[in-house]
Amino acid sequence: MSTETLRIVWIYPDLLSTYGDRGNVLILARRARQRGFRVEVLEVRSDQQLPNTADIYLIGGGEDGPQALGAQRLLADGGLHRAVAQGSVVFGVCAGYQLLGTSFFAKGTQYRGLELLDISSDRGPSRAVGELAGDIDARLGLPPLSGFENHGGRTLLGPGAAPLARVTAGVGNDGTTEGAWRGKLLGTYSHGPALARNPALADLLLRWATGVHQLPPLNDTWFDRLRTERRAAVAAAARP
Amino acid sequence: MAIWDLRWSGNLARVTDAKMPLRAKVASSVSRTAAALSRAAGRGDGSVIGGWIGLKIDPDLLAHLSAGRAIALISGTNGKTTTTRLAAAAVSALGRVATNSFGANMPTGHTSALAKAGSTPYAVLEVDEHYLAQVIEATEPHVVALLNLSRDQLDRAKEVAMMAQLWRSALARHPDIRIVANADDPMVVWAATPPAAHDQRIAPPHVTWFSAGQRWHDDSWVCPECGATIQRSGEQWWCTGCPLRRPDPQWTVDDEGVLDPTGAWYKVKLQLPGKVNVGNAATALAVAAEFGVRPFDAVPRLSDVTSVAGRYAQVVRDGRTVRLLLAKNPASWLEAFDMADEAPTLLSINARDPDGLDTSWLFDVDFAPLRGRQVLITGDRAYDLAVRLDVNDVPFQHVRTFDEAVRAVPPGRLEVIANYTAFQDIRAELDRVN
Repeated sequence: MSTETLRIVWIYPDLLSTYGDRGNVLILARRARQRGFRVEVLEVRSDQQLPNTADIYLIGGGEDGPQALGAQRLLADGGLHRAVAQGSVVFGVCAGYQLLGTSFFAKGTQYRGLELLDISSDRGPSRAVGELAGDIDARLGLPPLSGFENHGGRTLLGPGAAPLARVTAGVGNDGTTEGAWRGKLLGTYSHGPALARNPALADLLLRWATGVHQLPPLNDTWFDRLRTERRAAVAAAARP
Repeated sequence: MAIWDLRWSGNLARVTDAKMPLRAKVASSVSRTAAALSRAAGRGDGSVIGGWIGLKIDPDLLAHLSAGRAIALISGTNGKTTTTRLAAAAVSALGRVATNSFGANMPTGHTSALAKAGSTPYAVLEVDEHYLAQVIEATEPHVVALLNLSRDQLDRAKEVAMMAQLWRSALARHPDIRIVANADDPMVVWAATPPAAHDQRIAPPHVTWFSAGQRWHDDSWVCPECGATIQRSGEQWWCTGCPLRRPDPQWTVDDEGVLDPTGAWYKVKLQLPGKVNVGNAATALAVAAEFGVRPFDAVPRLSDVTSVAGRYAQVVRDGRTVRLLLAKNPASWLEAFDMADEAPTLLSINARDPDGLDTSWLFDVDFAPLRGRQVLITGDRAYDLAVRLDVNDVPFQHVRTFDEAVRAVPPGRLEVIANYTAFQDIRAELDRVN
């Protein structure tokens, strides 16, 4: 952490907040405060300059037009690139995940991405809509991913990025892998408030940002019940 | 000259039932019978099945049933069922009005409603926003009211900007249709304004603007015309990159009343709760005025509306006065909090097909207004709501059934806010209250 206060930046909520993305900001801030951290949340609109030195940057989902505009503004601003160079954590969701890569498709056109993650995204044969589940990369030490996906893109990973999870239900990147990560950058197609389904993933981002390896456990009764209920629903849907 | 001096000629609203082709007559009759059977069998209110069968027999049945009627279509993400009910009440000052008052808002529902009503000079139809273009083609309406566009059931619904584009194209093909549109919603203003017309800074003559407020801004920060940022200050909004901006509304809400285009103020006393319904009333008066109804004649009829397809209905159960509020998406949850009393509140959430399968929107709603009230939660997706409320620091109690909720609160009022199928489940428990 660069200062005594954990600084969380929500990038362009005016453009990239179509699917309850605010949830990730709220969950991260709350779980940090419950561990005694001082937290400052900055909502940076697309006509404002991004700070270079925050601890966690969140980029949410959005429609095609705002996604293309968001990428263009982020490239022009340069703040996110400077933050990543200094070791900040970045969490991208859906459109926000795609634009971290080298290229993505919006409104039938290929756009240049931020080139922070070694991924590129293309149009898929059909829209992927529904429950998404997968076993997360063992190196991250997390329980299975749970989420809901809603996207038309397919994402190809280059050698510089590792898949976040191996898909057990849904499509994710290509029906086999889901999401990607490298260093302290992580992206997922589990859209909207992805951390509401994955509190352990929220804690991973907090550990990366604070450098604290053991965070005190929290009362996650309702998160756990939600995960159990969703896992049962996915299993029931998979039965013939 | 007041607009109702341009009175819609009653002669134009002539029903030509006798001129309907035989196939359409048969289809219409079978449709009515099927609807009656569905009701008698307790399978529903018959507002969909009748139209479905009728359209199977005659695919053009909706067009045939529409011929000769003066029709208003009412569409938007939120408020369309209530506004349709209020507009039908207002237009009834002129004569009989056919309307789909059960909220069955797709072509099957329209067909059922028109077949069931028989010959009427007028029809006021609620239209699902996805079907507006199709229903415009079939019914050739006199007026189309555009209420608002916001995120709703995004796992299957068209994204907001795409929907605005569909509306715009459909209306551009029919420049003769009069439009009544919400000046507060940039997406609606853009959809209502034909290409290249908005840079003249004056509304084209066939659009009447109303202001009913827009509580929800998060889907209209980006200009649908040029992609630049939309700025807001007070009630004004404008695009920073092109001339699109808020037009001056002719109908506005002011101090529990409605100001008409001449500046005359009418007190609107509704039995429906909340400021948002005064806005819906203003819209209904603007629609009725397009048929020549004077607000003076329409306003008293609005106060006769007590509930709309179960919405706002009050039922006494075990000493608790239960009131039902429907909230389907973030914008309508904000409105429901505005309407609800400070009383114990049951929230119920499902995510079945009609609701949309995705519950992400829960995080777009700030539930903080419920702090300090006794909050109960239920529904198929109660745990999604539980996590949301937990993160929102709103204490709550989870109950398995509606009855358990009723027993858990003291005698007095119980507010129930539910999304679509959860609402229907509770309504069924209360014997399909209307």
